[in-house]
Formats: sequence, structure tokens, C-alpha cells
Amino acid sequence: MAESTKTIEIEVLRYRPEQDQEPFYQTYSVPFADDWSVLQGLQYIKDDLDSSLSFRWSCRMAICGSCGMMIAGVPKLGCRTFLRNYYPGKVRVGPLNHFPIERDLVVEIDDFIAKLERIKPYIIPKQPRRLDEGEYLQTPQQLEQFRQFSACINCTLCYAACPQYGLDPEFMGPGILALLHRYNADSRDGAREERMELVNAEEGVWGCTAVGYCSEVCPKQVDPANAVNQNKVNSAKDYFLRFVTPRGAGK
Amino acid sequence: MSTQTDKRRPYVRPMDGWWKKDPYFLRYMAMEATSVLVAVYAVILLVGLARLSQGEAAYNGWLAALKSPLSVAFHGLILLVFAYHTWSWFKVMPKTMPMIFLGGKKLPQAAITWTGVVVAVAVNLLVLCMLVRVQP
Repeated sequence: MAESTKTIEIEVLRYRPEQDQEPFYQTYSVPFADDWSVLQGLQYIKDDLDSSLSFRWSCRMAICGSCGMMIAGVPKLGCRTFLRNYYPGKVRVGPLNHFPIERDLVVEIDDFIAKLERIKPYIIPKQPRRLDEGEYLQTPQQLEQFRQFSACINCTLCYAACPQYGLDPEFMGPGILALLHRYNADSRDGAREERMELVNAEEGVWGCTAVGYCSEVCPKQVDPANAVNQNKVNSAKDYFLRFVTPRGAGK
Repeated sequence: MSTQTDKRRPYVRPMDGWWKKDPYFLRYMAMEATSVLVAVYAVILLVGLARLSQGEAAYNGWLAALKSPLSVAFHGLILLVFAYHTWSWFKVMPKTMPMIFLGGKKLPQAAITWTGVVVAVAVNLLVLCMLVRVQP
């Protein structure tokens, strides 16, 4: 801290459910060095100014996906956003949009987790494979079909960027649909038909109106908008193909 | 033993005026709004077609109406709106397509957008040239 000469004002949206009726901004003056992230600024506040401030964080290197927050109105990871970019002005920090606020910067993501379980985010092999049959082989092109979508770190920034999710939380949302596509697009997977039911549903891909901000804010270039919109085509094909190849059981 | 009370009270923020809160959403709403004017212009052209079916006089009346100062100003506005409409939809286009591989490499999204824009400009120039040539 010795080398620090600058001080930035951080306005944090506070909400303490046991005493506040609604959220309010609280301003903290934080001395910082050029290489400080917003997350480090918040840690300074918690350690030295106000221990009651709550926020989530873990890895500090943009891989755990815990420290997503609204920084100057944009969904960002606190650990990869620098305070110096906002100096000499103030910087406003708030909990991720479109999620209920649990406390201060902590949002309630129960809905996201429940949806994540529903898409079966793991490879379900087409048929059981014995060890002596060896490994699965994939061409570089088959890998490319899902590689970018597998980079998702579940940070939910795309949900904070998606007005359709904010307006209707029933919508599966960009991140989950991108992860769903990650498994459906994998040549080793055999559960496509099960997952297509979620894609085709009212709250599946058709809830998306192609705003595209999800792909813009994604810290891992997953491009969820691409996954969702590719699946509009898949969903339409699925709908028409059922007249050609009936599947039974009302599907 | 005391009864534990749940202090959790998740706060849901309102969505009122969401599209005014980020310039990205404003551009999205502008893109959506251009679709309305595209539909309006399609109606104007359909009216022209209907007038054509009613005979030469009716069609000439429709043509004369298009030449009024108000109509010319409206066409200026429509041109700008269509240009933005074209650009914004070609920008979205790569998001809506499956991946394209050329020589084993994934085609970048910008290449898809710009191909669309170049084709749109070329087709418009071609139509313009044809119109100039048939002009009496």
C-alpha cells in the first residue's frame, strides 16, 4: 500500500435484509494502486473500513466465476476490472441485475442452479463403452462444435445482461442454453433428444429475442447468443421432423 | 430452545424502463423499431401494386403522391432507417447461424457480417444501375 497515492470513491449498493427496506448506495474512499482490481477495492473496504459488507469471491483470476457484479452499470467480473479505469471519477458497484439481492453484492442464484441441474450438464454416452474399446475419437471440427461453449464458468454475467430473463425468470437464459448446447453439440453425447424438450419449451430458446448483450459481456467468449440462436433452427427442425419420424409418447 | 427465524428477504428489483438503462439496449430497441418502418414501407409498395391493377390513371396517381415534398422527406428518413436496419441485422446474422468451416478453420463472425453488407450494397447498386438505364 505504501506506493499508493490515489484514492477513488467506490459507491456500493447495500442491502441488509434484517434492517433495510430497500437497497441504498454507500460511498467508501479507497486508496489504491494501479494494479488493483475492483475486487481488491472491495476487500480493502471489508478489511479496513466496514466489515459488514458482503460479496462473493474466490480465485481472483477470472476462472471461478464468483465475483460477477454490476460495475458502472455493466456486468463484469470484479477481479478482472481495474479501479484505474474509473479514476479520477467514482465507480458504482452493485449486485448482478435481474437476480434477487440476497445481501449487498450477493445475489440469489438458486434459479440458475436448478436450471443447470435440469439440462443434465454432463456427457451421456450413446451406448456404454468398455474400457478395452479405447478412448472416444473426435476430429478437430467435432471439437470445435462445442469447445467455446465449454469455456463457461457459470459467472451469470450473461443473465445480468439479458432483459428477457429479467422480465421473465422462467426463461432458461443464455448461459444455461449455451451449456445445454455444449453437450448436445458433442459427438460423444447421446441425450440430445431429452435436452431438446427443454430447448423447444416456451421458456427454452424461443424466449430469446436476440438482444445479443449476453455475448458482449461474457468474460470467456462463450458467445451464448450463438448457442441460443443456433438452437432456434434446431428447434424448428425438431418440430417439423416429428411429422416425418414420429417418436411416440406424445413427444 | 429459541425458535430460529429466517432473516432472508431477497429483494427483487423492478424492470421498469430497463431499455433506457444501457446504450446497448437502446440500440437494440432502435433495431426493433426499424422493423416497424420496414413493414410500413412494404404496405406503401403493396398499395402501389393494388393501384397498378386498377389501371394507368390510378397508378399515375400513386406515383404523383410519392413525389410530394412530404413523401420525398419520408423517403430520406426511410433510407437512413433501412441502412441501420440492414447493418443491425447483418450484425446479428452470424449469431443465428451454425458454424461455418473453411479449409478446416472456423469462419470469423465479422466475415459473415461483412459478406452480408457487401452483398446488400452490391445488389442495391445493381438495381440502381438498372433503374437509371430504363429511365426514359
